[in-house]
Amino acid sequence: MSSLPADYMEFVHISKQFPGVLALDDVNFSVPQGSVRALVGENGAGKSTLLKILSGAHPPTTGHIRIADREMAFEDTTSAIDAGVAVIYQELQLVPELSIAENIYLGHLPAGSMFIDYRQLWDKAFENMRMVGLGDVSPKVRVGRLSIGQRQMVEIAKALTRNAGIIAFDEPTSSLSSRETDVLFGIIRQLREQNKTIFYVSHRLEEIFEICDSVTVFRDGRHVATRRTMEGLTRDMIVKDMVGREIVDIYHYHPRPHGEAALKVEDVTGPGLASPVSFEVRKGEIIGCFGLVGAGRTELMRILFGAAPRRSGNVEVFGRTVDVKAPADAIRAGIMLCPEDRKKEGVIPGLSIQENTNISARRHHLRMGFLDKRWEYDNVMEKIRALAIKTPSQRQLARNLSGGNQQKVVLARWLAEKIKVILLDEPTRGIDVGAKSEIYDIIYRLAGEGIGVVAVSSELPEVMGISDRILVFSEGELVADVPRAEATQEKILSLALPQESKKHFRGEEI
Amino acid sequence: MSAQTTGPANPQNSSMAKTIWRDFGMIVVLVVIFILCSLLVPRFLSVPNMKALTLAVSMTGMVACTMMFCLASGNFDMSCGAVVACSGVVAAQVINLAAPVFGGAVGMILGILASLGVGLLVGLVNGVTIAYIKINALITTLATMQIARGFGYIIGDGRAVGVSVEEFFALGTKSWLGIPIPVYITIVCFAVFGTLLEKTAFGRNTLAIGGNEEAANLAGIRVSAHKLLLFILHGLMAAFAGVVLASRMTSGQPTTSQGFELDVISACVLGGISMAGGIASIWFAISGVLIMGILQNSMNLMNVQTFYQYVARGLILLIAVIFDKYKQKYM
Repeated sequence: MSSLPADYMEFVHISKQFPGVLALDDVNFSVPQGSVRALVGENGAGKSTLLKILSGAHPPTTGHIRIADREMAFEDTTSAIDAGVAVIYQELQLVPELSIAENIYLGHLPAGSMFIDYRQLWDKAFENMRMVGLGDVSPKVRVGRLSIGQRQMVEIAKALTRNAGIIAFDEPTSSLSSRETDVLFGIIRQLREQNKTIFYVSHRLEEIFEICDSVTVFRDGRHVATRRTMEGLTRDMIVKDMVGREIVDIYHYHPRPHGEAALKVEDVTGPGLASPVSFEVRKGEIIGCFGLVGAGRTELMRILFGAAPRRSGNVEVFGRTVDVKAPADAIRAGIMLCPEDRKKEGVIPGLSIQENTNISARRHHLRMGFLDKRWEYDNVMEKIRALAIKTPSQRQLARNLSGGNQQKVVLARWLAEKIKVILLDEPTRGIDVGAKSEIYDIIYRLAGEGIGVVAVSSELPEVMGISDRILVFSEGELVADVPRAEATQEKILSLALPQESKKHFRGEEI
Repeated sequence: MSAQTTGPANPQNSSMAKTIWRDFGMIVVLVVIFILCSLLVPRFLSVPNMKALTLAVSMTGMVACTMMFCLASGNFDMSCGAVVACSGVVAAQVINLAAPVFGGAVGMILGILASLGVGLLVGLVNGVTIAYIKINALITTLATMQIARGFGYIIGDGRAVGVSVEEFFALGTKSWLGIPIPVYITIVCFAVFGTLLEKTAFGRNTLAIGGNEEAANLAGIRVSAHKLLLFILHGLMAAFAGVVLASRMTSGQPTTSQGFELDVISACVLGGISMAGGIASIWFAISGVLIMGILQNSMNLMNVQTFYQYVARGLILLIAVIFDKYKQKYM
């Protein structure tokens, strides 16, 4: 795996430290000219951070990039562009109100003495548009009128006008039809023939086998493996590289008895779900939901909690159909949600722990319509003790708490309610290891009390560590229901990765 | 794993001091300003002037109570000045029309009810537009402000409408134990809305919505319904203030209370209620209203010309919002 001196570009000991997180840890690999390199890894493996460093959006903490024997450490995006790097993100960086030509030349529009020379602009833009298969569109058309696929081509044309030698694509096909994908692949092959160096980030392994010449795998911010040829390489081998971490047991799982169905979800559809979802959570059971970002797990949780509209289907709590139109209805039906983004959706940062804890359950304890001071105080103190919330005082503002303690405050809020089912969306994201196992203990305690638990997580070891059963989501669909005994990391991740065949099938149906 | 404590080494004491300063800091400022004015401004500390001062702030005080709730929820309302004018005119017209038919007492009740109806309607339109159709509060209430102002002129035919029933004037002009009735009304409003904010779930939920609307929604608060109610309350309060004002002026005047909404918002913000929502206390409203009133009263006593008073009030507001910004950052 030693880098050949002939390689056009090289990442040299790149590390990136964010507050509290080492996003990239001594990443070291090289890529030759005229080839397509796939970058793969689970969510949070470090691919996006690497692209940000390549594009100059984040300077590396240590290390540098070497391009054609010149050392670079991009301080900003301009220096990366000047060095011939173009990163094409999933969210395209185009101005929909402006024309294609204006977008392509934004920042260096050809100017006459005073006004933009439009004739020259259109001619030059059209030249580049032809190269990316946009020869049948006028350069005067507003970008807002183009399809997503066409917009991507505009973005590529923009990269070409800047004479980019290195082009990186971040999940380029996630919103393309299969026909548009074929066009994109044609262009990528052309770019390869023009001796460009291309990075291709995707979760779709089938695409990688189709278009890439070599693969680099990331895991937990580290470079795990670079396969310099696709020959003899299989999907399973890549998946194995992606998940091959040692599992340290911080989960202390032990089986519990399960009772009747606590939550029964039948054919539920709504925003973010591609097909109807049905599953069941029994009393005392912990269900883990795994999937890649955008797989529909968070969306499902929000629908079940009434924070997003349910378009069809039926939800039952202990055999009773519940009609949830708003979170307030869900809470009254015994369904609670601890949301994914605690700071934005969980706590109210400017209010105290006491206010945050009592905000919902206090309605059961009013005295003639007024707050019961005694209960308000007793309840928050009891929860602070029971959940070991670390704070000098119950009057501490929620914004001053650590992530783990904020999560506990959101949990505390529901503990004074009659919980039948609790939905936990990424319950330990951004929480340190010690606090994590405290959260797991709380989850087990809740399940032990006969509550049905649904825990969404992007961390595979966590899902496997705490769940009795694992639901796997992929591209808005519930694709598998795996019992704990049958779950392996390879199996779960393989199920969660989008299937090329499925996409083609859907493409034809539409 | 370490316990998360932020701030200096002795967080408990310093956060206590912070909390006290946060809650009562403006009261201290108010007291200082009061003492300074008493010493420096001739005739400030006299019975007639205190009467005039409290009467002058009573209107702002009443409406500040509900404006506080709007601000606390992260919204605001520009229409209340126009509602004061419009509801006063409506009260006057309805009393004049109804009194000859049903008698003075019934006419008065009908007039007051009609005027509260105006407030209810404007509040309803504001609330539905802002909370359910989700249009920006500034634009919505600017629109309803002009509509209400226009209807005031239309109903009053462009002129002040004198009230024919003299009993109606009692509300605004009579005194009890030497203190004008509107001052009592304002004190009652402070007590009621202070209690509502501090001691009921309604008040706490208002602060939660202003502090983080999405989190409040996910905590089970029915945010849209709550906001609608806030705007209705505010409309009703402005209409009631309009009735009191009409009584004091013995007529409904479509031209009155231009820029009143800005006075109310200025007072609230000056007192420390956050424009961004989530931070409010009745003490903030009280101190803001009184500080504004005292400064204006003192300027009058010192014969500062009206034009200069505008400049001074603008400067005070500017200083107050900059102060608010720093308070957000450090508290």
